Amino acid sequence: MATFFGEVLSVFSRAVEEDEEDEEGEEEEEEDRDILRALEDKRQVRVRWSSPLSPGGGDRPSRCPHLLLAVGHAASRFVSVYLLSRGHWDTVGQVCLWNERTVGSKEAACVLHRDKDNNVLVCPVDCFVAEDQLFQWTEQVMGCVDTTGLQVTVLSDCPAAEYRTAEPLGPAPVLRSLHTSSHKEAPCCPPVEQPNLVTGLPAAVLSFCQLHHISAVLYQCYSDERCPDSSSMEVFRPALTRLAKTLGLDLSPNVDQLRKYISQASVQSNLYI
Amino acid sequence: MFVPSQKSPPDLKGFTLIMPVVAVGNVGQLAVDLIISTFNMDRVGHIHTDCLIPMAGSNPYSTGKEDADGVHTAAEVYISRGMKLAVLQIRSPVIQVQKTKKFRQVLVSWMKASGFSRTIVLSSSQAYQRDDRQLQGSPLRYLVTPSMLKLSEGALKELGWLEMEKVQAFPGVTDGNSEPRLYIPGGGITKGLYTDSCAEDLPLAVLLLFCSEGDNIPDAFTIINHLNSWLHLLDYPVSRFVKQHVFHKLVSAFVQFNIQEITPKCMLMVNMADSFL
Repeated sequence: MATFFGEVLSVFSRAVEEDEEDEEGEEEEEEDRDILRALEDKRQVRVRWSSPLSPGGGDRPSRCPHLLLAVGHAASRFVSVYLLSRGHWDTVGQVCLWNERTVGSKEAACVLHRDKDNNVLVCPVDCFVAEDQLFQWTEQVMGCVDTTGLQVTVLSDCPAAEYRTAEPLGPAPVLRSLHTSSHKEAPCCPPVEQPNLVTGLPAAVLSFCQLHHISAVLYQCYSDERCPDSSSMEVFRPALTRLAKTLGLDLSPNVDQLRKYISQASVQSNLYI
Repeated sequence: MFVPSQKSPPDLKGFTLIMPVVAVGNVGQLAVDLIISTFNMDRVGHIHTDCLIPMAGSNPYSTGKEDADGVHTAAEVYISRGMKLAVLQIRSPVIQVQKTKKFRQVLVSWMKASGFSRTIVLSSSQAYQRDDRQLQGSPLRYLVTPSMLKLSEGALKELGWLEMEKVQAFPGVTDGNSEPRLYIPGGGITKGLYTDSCAEDLPLAVLLLFCSEGDNIPDAFTIINHLNSWLHLLDYPVSRFVKQHVFHKLVSAFVQFNIQEITPKCMLMVNMADSFL
């Protein structure tokens, strides 16, 4: 499709063309089926728990009242800099997956951390989770957690350009929230307004929680920054104030780690050196 | 899998189910949004499946702060008990890696288990791929399964609707072996769902509209009024009934399911709706 300015854009329809697929399906050979089965198996999301997991043993960690997921660069780095760098955390397991964006043949892993008092399970997700893996990821992780009385908090980030609103958002990063019907506490920021929607892993987790009557809240940061900086990380701080109090942490950044992340980002933009 | 919103699942036996198919112009979904908002239907559950791309948003039909909370998902079921009407809204596309067949199976088994008296699928097809016979006259077509034909033969005859024509696989080439086939380009799982329902002996009808991507709100009104002439959900055309706020919410809801393609079209439609209001 050519636009008004003459660029040619690739256009795909949302409608699924099924006809060819069906015909191919009938002629599918055993070898093709084997390849597809092997590929499907390779794309499985697996949760691997470290041993020993809990004093009581078993294949899942002992019950944690909080689950904190941080999806995206800014959110996962915020959790690393502000939360995981403070206090004592144990690595209790990892969520492993492989997809088309995984570098090399080694699986990408999202590490699961648990605080020493067993209050919160934290999972920063910095890797790409493909569309067909989102459901599985959620089912696998939530299936390993005792959901009775569970409070799920999801932090995520998204380009500000994707937020549709009558009033411009302004240059500073902003935080918006979306919560399930079971979540009774007032969120610390305005809601994600219509007609905006949430996609990806946060959407999969929130949908799961809504369906299973689990209290869950999403805090989504809309930022213009290409690489996460201190301001786009700082914006998440109010979202975790209550949790940090429960854990007895002061929720201030670890300056060394923050500097490390920011200097990593500045190395990438060396256009004018 | 159907997951009820409340602890006890709703009894949908004998209900009429209306559902869209994600197809060109999203006409079916727009029409379904219009039904849900017009009749102020209650959400009773979700279709929880790995076949759809996950999405979440706030209530697209909210009329105030009290009903704005809660997460709305990719596939939800709404009902009106008084009208014995159930509506399935699908807000995101099917994941295209071998999931279309599975999704159809999920839908068919849910329809069978729920005991709907009939199912009406609202869909669309690419206008530019019509053949010579389809170019003239009404852009609306229908398809019915044999068991639906038994139920509604008289009503359909009275309405004088046009059945979807079967087309030659290779138009212009005379080949004795090639049978005319049902072809619904841009219709998503429409054809598959229809074929599966025929095989399962489900009473199902498909209402189709030939259209193109663009401002598809008029198309939604067209198909809903077409449906109304059969089911008599309202005594007057839908466009007269729709109040301004409902129309605005309809547009908002429309934008919700444009998950893969956050199009300028959506913004255009929001602006158009604003100027309309």
